[in-house]
Amino acid sequence: MSDIPATPSAPNQHTADGAVAIGQPLPTAAGTEDGGLDQAMPTGGDTPAGRSAWRLALQSFLDNKLGIAGLVLVIAIVLFCFVGPLVYHTNQISPNAAQINLPPSTRHPLGTDYVGFDVLGRLMAGGQSSIEIGLAVAVVATLFGVLWGAISGYLGGVVDSVLMRIVDIILAIPSIFLFIYLATVFKPTVGLLIVVVSALSWVGPARLVRGEALSLRVREYVQAVRVMGGHSTRIVLRHIVPNTVGTIVVNATFQVADAILILATLSFLGFGLPPPAATWGGMLSEGTNYLYDGYWWAVYPAGIIIALTVIAFNFIGDALRDALEVRLQRR
Amino acid sequence: MAPVLEITDLRTEIRLRTSTVHAVDGVSLTVQAGETVGLVGESGCGKTTIGLSAIRLLPPGGHITGGSIKINGTEIVGLPDARMRQIRGGDVGMIFQDPMTSLNPTMPIGEQIAETVRVHKRVSHRAAVDRAVEVLDLVGMPRPRERLGDFPHQLSGGLRQRVMIAMALACEPSVLIADEPTTAVDVTIQAQILGLLDRLKSELSTAMLLISHDMGVIAGRADRVAVMYAGRVVEQAETVEFFDHIRHPYAEALLASIPQPGQDSQRALYSIPGNPPDLSNPPAACRFAPRCRYATDRCRTEDPRLEQDAAAHGYACFHPVPADDVRPEAAGLRLAAQARLRETRRTDADDLILDARNLVKEYPITAGLLQRTIGSVKAVSDVSFGIRRGETFGLVGESGCGKTTIGRLLVGLERLTGGQIVFNGADISALATRSRPAHGGGPDDPAQAGSRRRQISRLRRDLQLMFQDPYSSLDPRMRVGTILREPLVIQGIGSRREQDQRVAAMLTEVGLQPAAADRYPHEFSGGQRQRIGLARALMLDPKFLIADEPVSALDVSIRSQILNLMRDLQDRHNLTYLIISHDLAVVRYMADRIGVVYLGKLVESGPADTVYSTPAHPYTAALISAIPSPDPHSERGRNRTQVRGELPSAVNPPSGCRFRTRCAIAEEICAEVEPPVHSFGVDHYASCHFPLQRPVPPAGTDGALVRTQQDPIADRPPASGRLVPDTTGDAVAGQ
Repeated sequence: MSDIPATPSAPNQHTADGAVAIGQPLPTAAGTEDGGLDQAMPTGGDTPAGRSAWRLALQSFLDNKLGIAGLVLVIAIVLFCFVGPLVYHTNQISPNAAQINLPPSTRHPLGTDYVGFDVLGRLMAGGQSSIEIGLAVAVVATLFGVLWGAISGYLGGVVDSVLMRIVDIILAIPSIFLFIYLATVFKPTVGLLIVVVSALSWVGPARLVRGEALSLRVREYVQAVRVMGGHSTRIVLRHIVPNTVGTIVVNATFQVADAILILATLSFLGFGLPPPAATWGGMLSEGTNYLYDGYWWAVYPAGIIIALTVIAFNFIGDALRDALEVRLQRR
Repeated sequence: MAPVLEITDLRTEIRLRTSTVHAVDGVSLTVQAGETVGLVGESGCGKTTIGLSAIRLLPPGGHITGGSIKINGTEIVGLPDARMRQIRGGDVGMIFQDPMTSLNPTMPIGEQIAETVRVHKRVSHRAAVDRAVEVLDLVGMPRPRERLGDFPHQLSGGLRQRVMIAMALACEPSVLIADEPTTAVDVTIQAQILGLLDRLKSELSTAMLLISHDMGVIAGRADRVAVMYAGRVVEQAETVEFFDHIRHPYAEALLASIPQPGQDSQRALYSIPGNPPDLSNPPAACRFAPRCRYATDRCRTEDPRLEQDAAAHGYACFHPVPADDVRPEAAGLRLAAQARLRETRRTDADDLILDARNLVKEYPITAGLLQRTIGSVKAVSDVSFGIRRGETFGLVGESGCGKTTIGRLLVGLERLTGGQIVFNGADISALATRSRPAHGGGPDDPAQAGSRRRQISRLRRDLQLMFQDPYSSLDPRMRVGTILREPLVIQGIGSRREQDQRVAAMLTEVGLQPAAADRYPHEFSGGQRQRIGLARALMLDPKFLIADEPVSALDVSIRSQILNLMRDLQDRHNLTYLIISHDLAVVRYMADRIGVVYLGKLVESGPADTVYSTPAHPYTAALISAIPSPDPHSERGRNRTQVRGELPSAVNPPSGCRFRTRCAIAEEICAEVEPPVHSFGVDHYASCHFPLQRPVPPAGTDGALVRTQQDPIADRPPASGRLVPDTTGDAVAGQ
């Protein structure tokens, strides 16, 4: 024992802290005088320099090439639709019989359609409504669905059964028929389309979040809140919902893509926004009438931009999912 | 004789997104035929990576970057995958930690074992199945041929682990790698499995690499021991030589930080300060130096090599522990001698802070479309105990015995089926039954619910729970400051400023920097998180803290830090603890009194030292004897009173004494009559027909167990076991 330097051991450090009253400054120099690495360190060890979970996820997202491509594409499409018309002025209101079905030229880079509207300009105008409705649907459907699912999953029991049977019923409604029915009864507007598409889209996030809530509610930190005396409201809003945020964000991106597709489908079937409003689906629908006449510019631009937008949002969704999962599996 | 497994200067790296972890950094190890080499170390020290390297099944990003691994003389580093597949499972068998996730749940066990055989040998299906029967018989599976068609979920944990071992043995491997083979099972099953591995090794003369974090497991079973720290072997020797003359300060400190049977529970445990180094950027010096008590400047600049002394005892240290005759307990005591002596706390036997009377908890089992109740899981059946103000009460038992349920009942996370909980003089069982969110509960009158909620809120302040898993008990999306502030916010205590000050003070008190408040939980190590969890439980200044397995998710070297911290906080805040654990050594060290739970029944209770040294119930005795102790002398010479079989189902618990199905001394009466409670001295009670010592009437003191047993609860069904005083039960009659 003689050659052992008399460095006090950790328990002594505890004792050194022993007399510390709450509110007093940090008793850092916990007894080590020999200049070891742990001199100014509390007994629990060093506190790491912080990097938030979000920053790690962002880093991982930025490493994902497809995700970046999707993001760039979405930004490009948004700029095209919303800034484009400010630069590239076209008449999208009054038909012009003199310019029907003109092939692409320097005046009309993508030609004109069957009533004489400039196709490029129409893509921009149609994109505005698609993106507005797509984003709005994603937000409304996600907010509603997340709350529904979180409450259902957390409370469980009878509440869960009732809430989830409602979801099942909505899933059982053939959506196209419902859309067509509603569109024939009401005059479709942007607002109505948002409501109707959201009303059918929220069930997805609701089911996802319910599944997560089922596993989250037995986590110890949720039980800890109950032991502290916290309400269910607090548990759902402060603990369950924030912890499903990864799933939610990823799902919301897919929701945007889905909504744009639904919208295109509806417009294609003739139940979208009524003319003269421009929609991508409507352009496709009209263009198909002239497919055999060789007017390719009436079909391809709209088809391609729908596909690009959907793909771009899906790329972002995939990259987000990877990013948020990597955060969990890191190390 | 050439070693069966020869690892030379192995280097394994795991590449991550931003860094490379040098998980194994120059390890050499040999295992001879018929020999067991124990590999000990904390999690993250690289011991599992060695095992995985030897079968070349490294996780994604893992690569062997240097050195050689020879199995039966065949170099496997760089061996083509096709050839490797023959060696894997053929020459090397691997036993994984968790049998539930290592067996395919959709395949009968017979098929799974036969599959292994057919992959490696050209035999018919029938022959492979015969071999499966043979190995199942070898590992002690009762009636193996009938069990072939069973699926993994139909087997108990211990039997599943036996199937895993059978699978590893199916192709007669020459090396068996057992990675924490008993960590996932209970201590009684652990004793059975370790006994089995021992028998197999000598019968089949297999070479075995036994990887464990538990010094006790290694001491009893290994012929040689290698201690790993931060990717390196720091000490290596014959088992007896190792435990008799520990040389490396890390190994010494590790041993001293484990509560041992002979431990003086008045003294604080030795604890290794700090955390293991980050292996993605290991220091170019002794890796243990920052945590070492003997470290000098040389240790912080030079890297010691593993060198052998005359007794073939290798260690990598410049300042080894002197090689006098130091037995492990002595090492522990030497370190502990520097630790402060704890003041003896005085508790008053009549001043009960918590009185649990005849607790009953049954979970209904429902079936069919209408969810009819067809039976119930009897998780807790008539358990009574009292906890005195300022003491530490320990509840021990195997997993599934109901001890966690008892804790959850006390804090109101579960509703009582029957019984009464009196806390601080107030009956809180009514509150406890209502505090769960609506899981099928009837709607409450809102006004009433409001006042009840306020009552519950007040109660919550004084009765807090500390959780087991530091990884799931903190909300990953919240900063530590927010997590700690939450109890205050919920209870509406103080302004934001005061709350922040209290958070900073509490962080300091549990040994963390106040700056920790701005960090997220995932940035902290397990031990630090457990400190945060403890801080959260103490934010409301409770009087009573229930700690459910407070250290079992932590590394050995971190455990003692937390245990010491808990004791300090207890002294400082005059807390009463209920510690629930499967680890009898931890409970004995921490607790003043112990209650032993078996299958929903409290079978024995009494002062910790008395119960530990002179148990009265055969189950307690078996439990104590099953604890592996890190002393090869006592471990090898020990005549174990092994518990047979496994915990029966709580759906249909055995009649009479619930332990009778596994008891070595059970007789007919045990099946017919529920055993009465006998007294064995001050505060010491057990319920058994054939106790291991003569019952004595209590010497005047009033035991909570007996007294509460006496309280008649009107609505209790008579069948579930009122204890009937028998002739020796004056204790009961006298109250």
